Amino acid sequence: MSDVTFSVPTMAELAAKGESPEVLFWVGCAGSFDDRYKRVTKSFVKILHAVNIKFAVLGTEETCTGDPARRAGNEFLFQMQAMNNIQVLNGYGIKKVVTACPHCFNTIKNEYPELGGSYEVVHHSTFLQNLISEGKIKLKEGGSFKGRKITYHDSCYLGRANNVYEAPRAVLEALDADLVEMKRCRTTGLCCGAGGGQMFKEPEKGNKDINVARTEEALSTGAATIAVACPFCMTMMSDGVKNKEREADVQVKDLAELIAEAQGLS
Amino acid sequence: MIQQIAFIIVLGAASYFIRKRILVIRANIKLGKPKEIKDRGADRMRNMLLVAFGQKKMFKRFIPAFLHFFIYIGFLIINLEVLEFIIDGMAGTHRIFAPYLGALYPFLMNLFEFLAVAVLVACAIMLIRRNIIRVKRFWSAEMTAWPRLDANLILITEIVLMTAILTMNATDQVLQTKMPEHYAATGKLFFSANLIPLFQNMDVVPLVIIERFAWWFHIIGILGFAIYVTYSKHLHIFLAFPNTYFANLEAKGHILNMPVVTNEVKSMLGLTDAAAPTGPPAEPGRFGAKDVNDLTWNNLLAAYSCTECGRCTSECPANLTGKKLSPRKIMMDTRDRMEEVGKSLSTGGAGLGDGKTLLNDYITKEEINACTSCNACVEACPVMINPLEIILELKRYVAMEESGSPASWNAMFQNIETNFAPWKFSPADRFNWANELKNK
Repeated sequence: MSDVTFSVPTMAELAAKGESPEVLFWVGCAGSFDDRYKRVTKSFVKILHAVNIKFAVLGTEETCTGDPARRAGNEFLFQMQAMNNIQVLNGYGIKKVVTACPHCFNTIKNEYPELGGSYEVVHHSTFLQNLISEGKIKLKEGGSFKGRKITYHDSCYLGRANNVYEAPRAVLEALDADLVEMKRCRTTGLCCGAGGGQMFKEPEKGNKDINVARTEEALSTGAATIAVACPFCMTMMSDGVKNKEREADVQVKDLAELIAEAQGLS
Repeated sequence: MIQQIAFIIVLGAASYFIRKRILVIRANIKLGKPKEIKDRGADRMRNMLLVAFGQKKMFKRFIPAFLHFFIYIGFLIINLEVLEFIIDGMAGTHRIFAPYLGALYPFLMNLFEFLAVAVLVACAIMLIRRNIIRVKRFWSAEMTAWPRLDANLILITEIVLMTAILTMNATDQVLQTKMPEHYAATGKLFFSANLIPLFQNMDVVPLVIIERFAWWFHIIGILGFAIYVTYSKHLHIFLAFPNTYFANLEAKGHILNMPVVTNEVKSMLGLTDAAAPTGPPAEPGRFGAKDVNDLTWNNLLAAYSCTECGRCTSECPANLTGKKLSPRKIMMDTRDRMEEVGKSLSTGGAGLGDGKTLLNDYITKEEINACTSCNACVEACPVMINPLEIILELKRYVAMEESGSPASWNAMFQNIETNFAPWKFSPADRFNWANELKNK
């Protein structure tokens, strides 16, 4: 393990010094609390350090964007959350936000403006793609990913909801991996089953769980790695792989983890 | 002369019924809440031209798109011939355009016949797909007896109408040889000429009768079909155009804001803008939708535009895994409820107060709770219908007016309220992950 300490500056610290960051990293609830997704958060922070980007997080000042409440119909709760977050973000004069959660990305990008919060919002897949195309992240050809079969599972809130289909794929291509597509991909990608607040309740009665159906599609590509770009997809696909008893030979990984791995940062 | 009078009566009666139905449909759509859609006219026009006129989204599935394309083009172009029918009918003429168009006329007739045959073949294949191959999406739970019959009636009617055109042209060609002074020469027509042997040896009288019968059958058929369409899922042939024009232009992930809630939340947080326009506070009304009048007119127009193709349902992750939710059923139920309310109101009935509502009596909570808001249905719809908007409005009603969301959602709401995260973690621990990057 590396003994390097990665500092994570908060907005409060930066503001006290009268400084402002290039970009605010919106961690999100899953990125803050979920043990599996915390690893994605940490990978992304390591990448930000490696490319010398001046960033900050809100730390304990960050709260849920309100997305699950809104999708479950509780508009009051959503707007309470949104207003509070917008007050904090505007208070710090935030201009640009990056997040590893497509749900936070969608809400802040599309739904905060009409409540008074307008920022440039990018998802970490696009952010990573830009770092690669600008040459700030250099990936060696024929690295450890060469020839490794990876399939990418589209997050609905990134893909159909916001038309981000190519950035995650460009990141995987840059790894020199063998990207294999599932039959349902891009605009017809099958949901992992967690959107619209489904993450927080049991599914209705049916003949199969959606995440198992999607995992079967992913496994049928023969890929050893299922790449995801969303904390909910991460949980659902990981559970699906467990359900199929394939944890031993199939990994579910976020784009940031794969890049950090390729950069020797993990 | 008798024929002319009869024709004008038929045309007048058909126009009367069609106009009446248009007014009914208009009134039903207006049951919905007002919503102003006047922005981005150029983008809207572009959507209408590409998606409705240009069939862009149909072609995501090639085989049905290809078959549908012939019927669509046939509908557009063969209706030019109907113009001649109407003029002939009123003026008592026969093929009035023939002398003016010269050599172009037989060319047009051949083109129409090609399309008629293409429509006929396409409809026959579609009937096979529905009834013999039994393509899955035509047999889902909501495809009960009437929707299946409706679809078959439309296809059979189109086949019969096309057969009438070909019969009429075939007898007409025989009559051209027997009575050239009355029947303008079209020359041999590529398709209907094959039917000539059936009629060649007939006398003039039965030939004229068959020709006239086919003519009348075709025009009455078309007018009757036009009335039928207003009761049928086939209304998409007209409403696909306005529906694509008024469709959502925002990112699909964007959910419509509720300004009423914004005002309340702002005043709760003490954020009320002193400079904000101070009108009388708007009546909050109902949060979300319980019945069709809580939806916008735009949602109701969409329900009338739905032709029940089921592409939405065949892409829905919930439906694919056996849940009760079907986006097509959401649209069909909305339409059925709207028609029910409209019918009741027009006969002096209780209308919306009939003790039934869209939520519960038509669409159950089990259905809406299964939605993952993944937008697959919205993406799949060839005419840009958005079932998700209706599902969300129903969810809003359940959450805010009834507090009737599933228990685990209520727990999630509570977590967000007290811990600012959907899970039960202490907000003070939110930044602990950063410690794991230190002291390694």
